[in-house]
Amino acid sequence: MQIQKDKYTRMLHSIAYVVIIGLSVACLLPFLLIISASLTSNESIIRDGYHLIPKQFSLEGYKTVFIFPDEVLRAYTVTIISTVVGTTLGLFFMTMAGYVLARKDFKYRNTFSFYIYFTTLFGGGLVPWYIMITKYLGLLDSYAVLVLPGLMTPFLIILMKNFIKSAVPEELFDSGKIDGAGDFRIYWQIVLKLSMPGIATVGLFLALYYWNDWFTSSLFINDTHKYQLQFYLYNVINSAQFIAQMGAGTGVSLATEVPGESTKMAMAIVVTGPILFLYPFVQRYFVKGLTIGAVKG
Amino acid sequence: MSQTSSKGNSTVELGIQADGRARLRTTRKKKGLINELLHNRVMFLMLLPTLIFFLVNSYFPMVGIYYAFTQFDFNSSMFNSKFVGLQNFEFLWRSGTLVKLTMNTIGYNIAFIVLGNVLAIACAILLSELNGKWFKKISQSVMFLPYFVSFVILSVIVYNLFNYDSGFLNTMLTQFGLDPVDVYSKPWAWIFLIIIFYLWKNLGYSMVIYLAAITGISDEYYEAAKIDGANIFQRIWYITVPMLKSTFVVLLLFALGSIMKGQFDLFYQLIGNNGLLYNTTDILDTYVYRSLKVTFDVGMATAAGVYQSLFGFVLIMTVNYIIRKINDDYALF
Repeated sequence: MQIQKDKYTRMLHSIAYVVIIGLSVACLLPFLLIISASLTSNESIIRDGYHLIPKQFSLEGYKTVFIFPDEVLRAYTVTIISTVVGTTLGLFFMTMAGYVLARKDFKYRNTFSFYIYFTTLFGGGLVPWYIMITKYLGLLDSYAVLVLPGLMTPFLIILMKNFIKSAVPEELFDSGKIDGAGDFRIYWQIVLKLSMPGIATVGLFLALYYWNDWFTSSLFINDTHKYQLQFYLYNVINSAQFIAQMGAGTGVSLATEVPGESTKMAMAIVVTGPILFLYPFVQRYFVKGLTIGAVKG
Repeated sequence: MSQTSSKGNSTVELGIQADGRARLRTTRKKKGLINELLHNRVMFLMLLPTLIFFLVNSYFPMVGIYYAFTQFDFNSSMFNSKFVGLQNFEFLWRSGTLVKLTMNTIGYNIAFIVLGNVLAIACAILLSELNGKWFKKISQSVMFLPYFVSFVILSVIVYNLFNYDSGFLNTMLTQFGLDPVDVYSKPWAWIFLIIIFYLWKNLGYSMVIYLAAITGISDEYYEAAKIDGANIFQRIWYITVPMLKSTFVVLLLFALGSIMKGQFDLFYQLIGNNGLLYNTTDILDTYVYRSLKVTFDVGMATAAGVYQSLFGFVLIMTVNYIIRKINDDYALF
C-alpha cells in the first residue's frame, strides 16, 4: 500500500524525527559523558570539568581500578555467582509454578494464583520483612540472603504462565498423559522445550535484577567482602576516603597522584560494561516479554 | 490413540479421553482438598517452592505489623515488646511527617504516571508512524537502554552532570561566562530532576509496551478512515489514541500497585542522606528505610510502613472499583 504523503503526513514525520532523535540523544548522552570522563586524566577533570570529549586523554582511571584488583574482582565474583545461582533456581521454581497454574485440570489454580497475586496488593512493609530475615532466618551477612529474597516475583510468574499457555497447546498435556508421562515429565520434556523463548525472557529479567541489585547488600551485608558489585560501586562513589583507605590498607601512599574523579567513572564503566556489551543481543527478549505480558495482563 | 485420527478433531477427541479422569474426579469432588492433594501430589510438589517462598517472604512479615503498635526492642521476642497502642501513628501524625510524606509520595507518583504515559504514548505513536526500519529499531534500542542500567549508575550520571566543582552543567555554564549553580543545595530543583530521571529511565520500557499495542491495531480502521478523508492527525486522535486505552489502564493499575513499593531506588540514589533536600524529596519508602538503617526507630518505621501498605491497598481497590463500574473489561479483578 503506497502511503500518500500529504502535507499533514510530512508535518508529522518531521515532528517525529525531531522528537525521536532528540530523545534518543538525551538517552545516550549521559553514557557518553561517563565514558569520556573515565578516559580523561584526573587533573583535567578538576581543572576543566567534565566534557563530552576528553580534554586530556588518559587511561589512569582504569589503571587505578585495577591496581588492587582483589576488591573489584571479589565484588564481581559475588555478583556473578548470585546472578547465576539466583536465576537458575528462580527459573526452575517459576517455570514449575507457571506450568502448574497453566494446567486447566489443576483445580485450585485460581486460588493459588490469587495467593501469589495478593502479595502485590498488600504487605507487611520493609521492617517486619527485615526483622524476619535477620532475626528469625538468621541470614544477616550470609551469601544466601543475596539470592533468596529475589528468587521470584508475582509479575514474572504470571508472565511465565502466559508464555506457557501460548506456547504449549492444551492437547499436549493430555496426549502426554495418555502416553503415560507423569506431570513432572510432561513439564521436563515437553513444556520446557516448547517455551524456551519465554524462559529466556523471564530469565533475563531475573538476571538483570540480580546484576543491578544493591539494595540487598545495603540492608543485610556488613562484611565488605560480601558486597555485590553495585553496592561496592555505590560505596566507592560515596566515600571520599576510599582512595586514602585503599592506600593506607596496603601501605602505599596514593593520595596525591590518584585520579579520583576519573577512577569513579572508570569504575562505573567496569560495573556496567557487561550490560552495555550484552544489551544488543538480549534486548529483543525483553521487548517480547513486555509485549506478551502487556497484552494479556 | 493413533496420531492420524487425532489430527482432524483433536481437541474434542482428546478432551473426552483425558477428561475421563477429570470426570471421575468430579464425582468424588466432595471428598475435598485431601483427596485432591493426593491425586495431584506431583503438581502440588512442583508448586510448593513458590508457595513457601511467598509464605515466608510476604505472608509471615504481615504478622510483624504488630511491631507498629509496640515500643520495639530488638533483643526481646516479638510479643514481649511493650505494647503502646497507636502511639507511633499518633507521633507520625502530630509531627506532620505523615502528611508531608503522603503529599510527596502522591505528588511524585501522579507526575510519574501522567507524564510517563503521555510521553510514552506520544513517542510510541510517532515512532510507529515512521517508515525507516533501521531508524525505528535503533532509536527504540537507544531509548530502552537506560532501563537496563542500575540506579547506582544513575547516581553516577547525576553526580557527573551536577556536581559543583566539575559537573558538566557548571562546566558549560562557566564556558558561556555564567555563574556555576550549586544544584545540591536547591530543594526545588530536585522535584524536576527526579521526575526527569524517572522519565529518562522508564520511557523506553513503557514505549515498547505501547508500540506493541499499536502494532496490534487492525489496518482496516486506518484504511477506512483514509477513504473517508481523515488526515494523519485525525487518524491518530480518533483511532490510535482510543485504542490504547486498555493498555493505559493496565499500566495505571500496575503503577498504583507500586506506590506501595515505590521508586525507592530512584529517590535514595539521587538524594541519599542529603537532609537539605528532604522537604521536597522525602517519600514514604525513603523515610522507612532511614528510620530502620540510620535512626533505628523500628516502631516508627513499621508504623509508617503499615500506613503505606494500607494506603496503597485502599488506593488500588478504589481505583479498581471505579474502573469496574465504568468498564468491566478493564478491571484487574
